[in-house]
Amino acid sequence: MDGTIASTELMNSGAQALLRALKAQGVDVIFGYPGGAVLPIYDALFQQNEIKHILVRHEQAAVHAAEGYARSTGKVGVVLVTSGPGATNAVTGLVDALMDSIPIVCLSGQVPTHLIGNDAFQEADTTGITRPATKHNYLVKQSEDLVRVVHEAFLVARTGRPGPVLIDLPKDILIAPAPYREPMTGATHRSYRPRTEPDPRRIEEAVALLKRAERPVIYAGGGVINAGPEASRLLTEFTRLTGFPITNTLMGLGAYPASDPLFLGMLGMHGTYEANLAMHGCDVMLNIGARFDDRVTGRLSAFSPDSKKIHADIDPANINKTVPVDVPIVGDALAVLKALMAAWNKDSTQPNRAALAQWWRQIDTWRAKDSLRYTQSRDPGSIIKPQYAIEQLYKATRGRETYITTEVGQHQMWAAQHFKFEKPNRWMTSGGLGTMGYGLPAAMGVQVAHPDALVVDIAGEASILMNIQEMGTLAQFRLPVKIFILNNQYMGMVRQWQELLHGGRYSSSYSEALPDFVKLAESFHAVGLRAETVDDLDRVIAEMIAVDKPVIADICVDQKENVFPMIPSGAGHNEMLLGPEHKGASGPSVTNEGMALV
Amino acid sequence: MSDTNLRSATISVLVENESGVLARVIGLFSGRGYNIDNLTVAPVERDGSKSRITVVTRGTAMVIEQIKAQLDRLVPVYKVLDLSEGPHLARELALIKVLGTGEKRAEALRLADAFRARVIDATTESFTFELTGATDKLDAFLDLMRPLGLAEVSRTGVAAIARGTKTIS
Repeated sequence: MDGTIASTELMNSGAQALLRALKAQGVDVIFGYPGGAVLPIYDALFQQNEIKHILVRHEQAAVHAAEGYARSTGKVGVVLVTSGPGATNAVTGLVDALMDSIPIVCLSGQVPTHLIGNDAFQEADTTGITRPATKHNYLVKQSEDLVRVVHEAFLVARTGRPGPVLIDLPKDILIAPAPYREPMTGATHRSYRPRTEPDPRRIEEAVALLKRAERPVIYAGGGVINAGPEASRLLTEFTRLTGFPITNTLMGLGAYPASDPLFLGMLGMHGTYEANLAMHGCDVMLNIGARFDDRVTGRLSAFSPDSKKIHADIDPANINKTVPVDVPIVGDALAVLKALMAAWNKDSTQPNRAALAQWWRQIDTWRAKDSLRYTQSRDPGSIIKPQYAIEQLYKATRGRETYITTEVGQHQMWAAQHFKFEKPNRWMTSGGLGTMGYGLPAAMGVQVAHPDALVVDIAGEASILMNIQEMGTLAQFRLPVKIFILNNQYMGMVRQWQELLHGGRYSSSYSEALPDFVKLAESFHAVGLRAETVDDLDRVIAEMIAVDKPVIADICVDQKENVFPMIPSGAGHNEMLLGPEHKGASGPSVTNEGMALV
Repeated sequence: MSDTNLRSATISVLVENESGVLARVIGLFSGRGYNIDNLTVAPVERDGSKSRITVVTRGTAMVIEQIKAQLDRLVPVYKVLDLSEGPHLARELALIKVLGTGEKRAEALRLADAFRARVIDATTESFTFELTGATDKLDAFLDLMRPLGLAEVSRTGVAAIARGTKTIS
């Protein structure tokens, strides 16, 4: 980083210099797992009290926990792993954070510099392996670089489009004395200078389009969450000012209050009928902080064919990547929203209220389809519908400070559809990478950041087993995370695709030989609960919330339930499949091209 | 924008001369499925702190824009310049070994002279030529040498720079 030279102070060891730099960066917790190469750091951690260390049971979980911490606080999550397998185990978490733009600094141990390249014990080419898995990475080869690299890593992780940064730390660097210097305030990087302020001319072009729009839609994503709660507040203010309909991506849920009448729900593959058809039929689209992901667009050639598109993104590489846009705006979502608000108020053009009212009448007919509808029988002994379980969970947690994480699959989509988020930073899910096993460790990280909040991991019985070892972490650190398993004894999303696309041949998607989750919880010093029928559900949810301990609630749900609506692979937004509740509903058959898509 | 025509682009990238920076650039191309037709890299600052990478690539207009944006977001990248957007100069150097005797050998030498290739090594059964020029000139010369005993080629890849007063920094 550039800036005036600050005075330096020689620390007794690199490990001590490292911890001091972390403290200067505001770090109060590290998620990690020790090993030979990082013992000097663990020794330094032992001799201080300011930074808390949460011992995970697997390094992948350390990264997901740091993601949960970061996404629920807006701060950088910090991970500490040893060399070799410690670092390779962290790779899935790093790619997850890269795809979802989560700020992480991962410290990995490395064999001493003189052994690098010798196939030493627990040596791996960590910077080589993680180069495409991180926003940036470093190998510290000289003690005098250590502290500068740490400060720089935090700058890179949290600014621009946030992401994971890894610092590989050879053991001899951690042992040798190292100079410490404070981070420079207002420091800029030599070559890394992300653009955050939008071009005012583009903002004017955008407002000119928006003012004349007859069928507008706002499509907001995770970039708004990353820009901080103020960006969500401004998004809400701007949307209400315009009266435009708004939809959120999976990553953007909570950026706009779900209970607001202007909110159309989530869009995309399992989005609502009204959100997808509004996207398809709009004449002006304002995308803020979303990246036209393939789960959102469906078939590109059929995507919103008649609209002028405005795309605001902090990452210029996201603009015109897959969807050509008419008004590109590079900038931070908060800065863009401020500028849009000011330009909207300044532009004297009156918006076309009559056309907008007509557009809303059209949207209301789509809304009337009630595309998320399902039928729950209340007869005693009835099987629980997974959607109903989420709705009851939502009702029971309203008014509380609640944070939801998920694993990946059907339960994740039902949670996104049926749990209503009113505020940002309350919803943690693996969107881009789709990492099964994300939810439990992410919930751990959230609970560490918010000790008094209710933190629920909405899970499936297959995903939860991917990081189930973290039950040990919950017990050790008294983290009262609630694991709410929608147990249908199938990898439900795999089964759904096999049903719809592969002739119902359920190849390897049955969850054979499941554990008894109640006993499993008890063996990890947690509370195990089970709801087998609709009669048990509310009692189990109430008990789960009341207990001040980690809980696994095993909710036995309908095995045959599928997630609807669904835009099949290779189809457009206007070619949605509706659920069995919608008589006469028919969708397109899947094309050969669609079969090849994931 | 839905243009499917492929075009060639010569892109200069000014980077921090740090360990792994070339791997980052190359990994970006392979990881995202972009083509590299030609690539050169060398330090360009007196203190060795910056290197210049020149990449010749191919793609649709949308892909070329994407390549530039992806390069520009790499942390150690100072500047990305698409030289093919304006008038520019591109040169390559090749060392070319031709084996033969008699008339073929004499013909190789005559053609080398016509192309202004320099003889930098010779034996009674070989010539080694040094030839500088645009890629297509080198290609044309090599085509001519093939039937005349072309035995080995070493090429530097393209170095390129904008015409006139325009600079990368």
